[in-house]
Amino acid sequence: MNVLSATGEALVLIGTFFYFLSALGLIRMPDVYNRMQTSTKSATLGSLGVIIGTGLWAVGMGHSVAWIVQTVVVATFILLTNPISAHALIRGAYRSGIPLWNGSVVDKYGEHLKAKAEAAENEKNEGDGE
Amino acid sequence: MIGINVYLALIAIATLLAMYRFLVGPTTPDRLVAVDIMTTITTGLMVLFALYYGRMIYISVALVYAVLAFGGVIAFARYLEGGL
Repeated sequence: MNVLSATGEALVLIGTFFYFLSALGLIRMPDVYNRMQTSTKSATLGSLGVIIGTGLWAVGMGHSVAWIVQTVVVATFILLTNPISAHALIRGAYRSGIPLWNGSVVDKYGEHLKAKAEAAENEKNEGDGE
Repeated sequence: MIGINVYLALIAIATLLAMYRFLVGPTTPDRLVAVDIMTTITTGLMVLFALYYGRMIYISVALVYAVLAFGGVIAFARYLEGGL
């Protein structure tokens, strides 16, 4: 048990703990927006921990250095694409008309959509007046 | 190397909790969020399996799975918006 494998194992432990926390938030939170918020963030962090930790652990156990290269590639891909898919999914959920939870007070996207609709309406009225 | 069983058990528990939300979730986006989390967890699980069996080629499988899951979730999001 050298330093590399100990560090990798600790990272994998932290990552699986964050996986567990994300699934717990998926059950605990009241509506789809809060669920997406808690679960996506902690699942991305957990993926980074598990994947890079596995690479370090494998190198520490005597496998080749290519392990760490491949795991860093996978971790970078997850880090780049996971927020994009979560954002697209939650935007689709908002557009399909899922209501917010009673306790939610800030709705920036709804305000933006309303302002845009009002601006389009004003422009149309001005065009009719001329 | 014994500790890896503990991590696999923790991942199994997390997947079961996400599966509960997938089965119960009142609306369609709830189920899709659960699917998104399950695919992310499965990617990490595949990388752990690569270490468990000592084969580096399984990491490539995890990479391909991550790409396909990303495309699938984007397609579902487009479907929710009504654009598909």
